[in-house]
Amino acid sequence: MTGTMAIVGFGLSTIGPGIATGLIFAAYINGLARQPEARGLLQPIAFLGFALAEALALFGLVLAFVLK
Amino acid sequence: MPVFDRSGAAAEGFVPPSAQDFIFRPIFGDSLFFTKPALLVFFSVIVISVFFIATSRKALVVPSRAQFLGESIYGFVREVIGRDVIGPDFMKFVPFLFSLFTFILVNNIFGIIPIIQFPTMSHIGFPIALALFTYGVYHAVAIKHHGFFKYVKDICFMPGIPKPIYIILTPVELLTFLVTRPMTLSIRLFANMFAGHLLLLVFTIGGEHLLAGGLFMKVLSPFSFVMAIGLTFFEFGIQCLQAYIFTLLTALYIAGALSDAH
Repeated sequence: MTGTMAIVGFGLSTIGPGIATGLIFAAYINGLARQPEARGLLQPIAFLGFALAEALALFGLVLAFVLK
Repeated sequence: MPVFDRSGAAAEGFVPPSAQDFIFRPIFGDSLFFTKPALLVFFSVIVISVFFIATSRKALVVPSRAQFLGESIYGFVREVIGRDVIGPDFMKFVPFLFSLFTFILVNNIFGIIPIIQFPTMSHIGFPIALALFTYGVYHAVAIKHHGFFKYVKDICFMPGIPKPIYIILTPVELLTFLVTRPMTLSIRLFANMFAGHLLLLVFTIGGEHLLAGGLFMKVLSPFSFVMAIGLTFFEFGIQCLQAYIFTLLTALYIAGALSDAH
């Protein structure tokens, strides 16, 4: 079996952000279901949280390419 | 005339796109200044200036479509990012936030425009420069608002915390303010653009390589191109989102610098 530790490291680093994205959007959907008028308030917060969580997964991807 | 070199890839040996595909030779002359990304950055500034000057001269009370578009973008930055986040003192920062937002947005969108097809923010130098501007601005605003020694004291010893917690809180706060914020700002933008461009390269070059193969490969190649098209739309969303996130975080840091409770 061949491969590099860099790719394994990237795979492991996506666990956290994956769970985080699920939690963020679960909260967004719950809030929207309880009060649909709150869409304008909740949507920027949901996307901000998603971008911050995604940043960590992308650190892993970039380092996997750069530190071969 | 290809400005990056994939001539080593034959039909048998597929060379997957890698970080090497982000290195450009100078177009003319020898200095590294005249490479495609550097010229694209200048071109983006010209595009932004021409667009906003042309749409805002002879402003009518009932706006034309182009004027409406220009005013929407400015209004978005000023209201949604400026006023709602920073509070009463926001007008001073709107030029900076607006320049950041439009600069990042246009440079990101270069990644999906047909002939240009390279998001300049995927070279880490550009996001680092922008993050350094943000770093300078939020520290300068805080020092001007609070005074230097009170600002340092507020970072290191945040008021209203029981004393023993300072042992772990002070290093974390110092690290956040001095290192983590500019680093994550720049790497977030860089990594999103780098990963997006790499994905598009994989599906486009892979599809082209499949098309040059046997019959089974040729049948599979449309799926690769369909993925490339789908990812182009997805990348457009991510590019706009990243421009918004960078500007929003800058505004949040400035708001944090101006607030009194910290």
